[in-house]
Amino acid sequence: MTRGRGITLALGGLVMGLFLASLLIGPAGLGLRDSLRALVTGQGEAVVLIMREIRLPRAVLGLLVGAVLGLSGAALQGFLRNPLAEPGLIGVSSTAALGAVLALQTGLAAAFALALPLAALAGAGVSVLLILALAGPRGGALALILAGIAISALAGAGTSLVLNLSANPFAVTEIVYWMMGSLADRSMLHVWLGAPFMLAGMALLLTLGRGLDALTLGEDAAQAMGVRLTRLRWVLILGTALAVGASVAVAGAVGFVGLVVPHVLRPLVGAMPSRLLPASALGGAAMVLAADVAVRLIAPEQDLKLGVLTALVGAPFFLHLIWRMRKVEA
Amino acid sequence: MKLENLTVRRGQCPVVDGVDLTVAKGEFIGLIGPNGAGKTTLLRAALGLLPFEGQSSLASLPVAARARAAAFLPQGRDIAWPVGVADLVALGRGPHLAGAMTGADRAAVDHALDRMGLAGFRARQATALSGGEQARVLIARALAQDTPLLLADEPVAGLDPEAQLRCMQVFADLAAEGRGVVVAIHDLGLAARHCSRLVMLDKGRVVADGPPRAVLGAEHLAQVFHVRGYHAETPEGLVFQPIALVDRRY
Amino acid sequence: MWGFVPRSDRLTKAAALALRAAAAALVLCAPVQADTPARVVSINLCTDQLAMLLAAPGQLVSVTHLARDPLSSSMVAEASVYTINRGQAEQVFLLDPDLVLAGTYTSLATVDLLRGLGVSVLQVPPVTSLAEVARQVRLVGQALGQDEAAEAMAVAFEAEVAALQVTGPQATAAFYFASGYTTGKGTLADEVLALTGFSNAGAAAGVTGGGLLPLERLVLADPQVIVTATPYPGATRSEEILSHPALKAIGAETGARTDADWVCGTPHILRAIRRMAHLRATLAAAP
Repeated sequence: MTRGRGITLALGGLVMGLFLASLLIGPAGLGLRDSLRALVTGQGEAVVLIMREIRLPRAVLGLLVGAVLGLSGAALQGFLRNPLAEPGLIGVSSTAALGAVLALQTGLAAAFALALPLAALAGAGVSVLLILALAGPRGGALALILAGIAISALAGAGTSLVLNLSANPFAVTEIVYWMMGSLADRSMLHVWLGAPFMLAGMALLLTLGRGLDALTLGEDAAQAMGVRLTRLRWVLILGTALAVGASVAVAGAVGFVGLVVPHVLRPLVGAMPSRLLPASALGGAAMVLAADVAVRLIAPEQDLKLGVLTALVGAPFFLHLIWRMRKVEA
Repeated sequence: MKLENLTVRRGQCPVVDGVDLTVAKGEFIGLIGPNGAGKTTLLRAALGLLPFEGQSSLASLPVAARARAAAFLPQGRDIAWPVGVADLVALGRGPHLAGAMTGADRAAVDHALDRMGLAGFRARQATALSGGEQARVLIARALAQDTPLLLADEPVAGLDPEAQLRCMQVFADLAAEGRGVVVAIHDLGLAARHCSRLVMLDKGRVVADGPPRAVLGAEHLAQVFHVRGYHAETPEGLVFQPIALVDRRY
Repeated sequence: MWGFVPRSDRLTKAAALALRAAAAALVLCAPVQADTPARVVSINLCTDQLAMLLAAPGQLVSVTHLARDPLSSSMVAEASVYTINRGQAEQVFLLDPDLVLAGTYTSLATVDLLRGLGVSVLQVPPVTSLAEVARQVRLVGQALGQDEAAEAMAVAFEAEVAALQVTGPQATAAFYFASGYTTGKGTLADEVLALTGFSNAGAAAGVTGGGLLPLERLVLADPQVIVTATPYPGATRSEEILSHPALKAIGAETGARTDADWVCGTPHILRAIRRMAHLRATLAAAP
């Protein structure tokens, strides 16, 4: 237990450091002291604007989106009893993106601001339902991956179609944003729009720890240990849809965070889902904040997409996992 | 536990067909029958894990109360994550927890580990253990649940003789303490040697129910298992060994 | 439309420039068309507009569909009387043109194909300065056999540009478009700003041509005026940056919009220049 606490503290420190780095790094190249003074005291006009209206929302969203992705990855893996489950890979993010794009292109989001996160979380909810139906805890890795590929492809095609048919010439160029995600030029409006849903979703997912622990021994054993499986399933669906849906609505679909983070942290916290959930939330926040700092350092003048970096780190992990599972199954 | 006229259908066909069964304290019941006789289905229905007709005193309890009344060891040794042995066994305390683990919970975990000879395995990864060790860890988990009733589905399948005997001995000890134990089991020799009572299932029906010597009579064996066997009363108890096939067209 | 009293010194200089440009254009275009082409087809938005301004009645047969798009074209009403083409060789060839007007960098495959079919094609380069506008009026006018009208239009244009020159201290302005694109040095838009009394914050930030200007750097540059584009229907994330709270908070005048008049280097750029000059005047009035 003390080891778990040590890891939580270390992760918390890492997240705080990266959050600070996210606030301090940007194309404007502000001085350290000026930036912090402007952020806290509100003195120094342009600097205050940059700190409070541009960098603060970006850092806050990086923190929340990362936490959402890490946590939902860990929760989905715990429920499906499969280390390959991840909101991006199983199509939850791409259906959320489809929902968001539909809300934007139909003008619904312009008429009613909450339509954007709501449409995205409806999209996410549909795909979680589908995945659970097609590849439940007894579905196995193959069913999960195949269902994920199909749902992702379908949602991706739908998103491209909607954006291609748009009357707006910029829409087509945004396909890559919805598929790769970015935190560039987000504002406090996006924080207010997304944060309540993300926090509510995370609160739901964090209650699942004990039930997911019991599921380590299978559905029957878990039920015989007093776990209400149906209730757990619905909380998982609702929590994932809220959290991932809102995160995609404001930041696009950032992949692989929910895969890499639980995989790295699992041995460190002793593999129990109840300990992995909060640790993965912190780890996910650290990973997305780090990636978002990195995109600003690598290409400060370009809007390099977050998902590019997370995929560069995540895809080899994914292959490694499949390689290991292949050996186990052989 | 009391089952009355318990029936489970898959489509139209009954898989378990009108089973009546009462388990008293101190009984170690072996549930025997060929593959597909309905042993697993009966255990799962009794726990309310699948829809059924008839009555089950366990399944009618609220979920939380049921988890304090009966522990269940499912078939196979399914452990999804490389969790520590002590953590895994502590899962058994789940139904008793209001908040965090208390000293009493930890004592129950320690007791279960000791009882299964696992004191030295606390920090090991459960998934890295041998099959026999994993079986012991999973039984320790059920022991930690500390219930008056234990249902186990094929707990000794695929284990070496030492591990089989060790597990059967623990079940017998639990019964001797006044708990009820029901074990679905294929090994008729182990069942005959350790169980206080055998229930023979065939095509979802109870064909025979009683002391091992009576249930493993030649007629039941031929009719249900298509074998004949060798019995011997020894100072260590009943020894039974299936010997040869019986012609099916008798 | 072109009526005004030019300042003589500037006019002389402009006329000299125009003569040189016209001479260059004559040399460039001499082999293209000796006499007046009877059927002209344009497959480029900018040549569409130059041709509509210069062609004799009945001479221009077809313009592109973009000429009817109010977000791109300054001559939507005029374009409605012409056959519409989408710049594809087959369609253009069937219109049986004596001359096709095209851009330098667009529809290259189409141009090659048409030339292969024996159609004469004039490729007109994009305009990056005000001087080039007059040069291009003369170039296209000459190709259409409308030299006199073109010369008059070019002279009038040069004179009006000179007349609209705003002198005095410069105000800061920045172009800010979807995804944070700005227009910097070496562009027609940059020259419009300079002419109307603005310094271009995008150019000051080191952008040449078109490029990204991070929002943070725009906020630091703190321009007095931000010129944005008219948003398209169908909300996109790219255009969301134009309503970012930080952009509103710097207190810049954000009412100015680039529109169809800014897209091509035709004499219609004068409308954009007049609006910017007017904006500069209101800025000076309100401290």
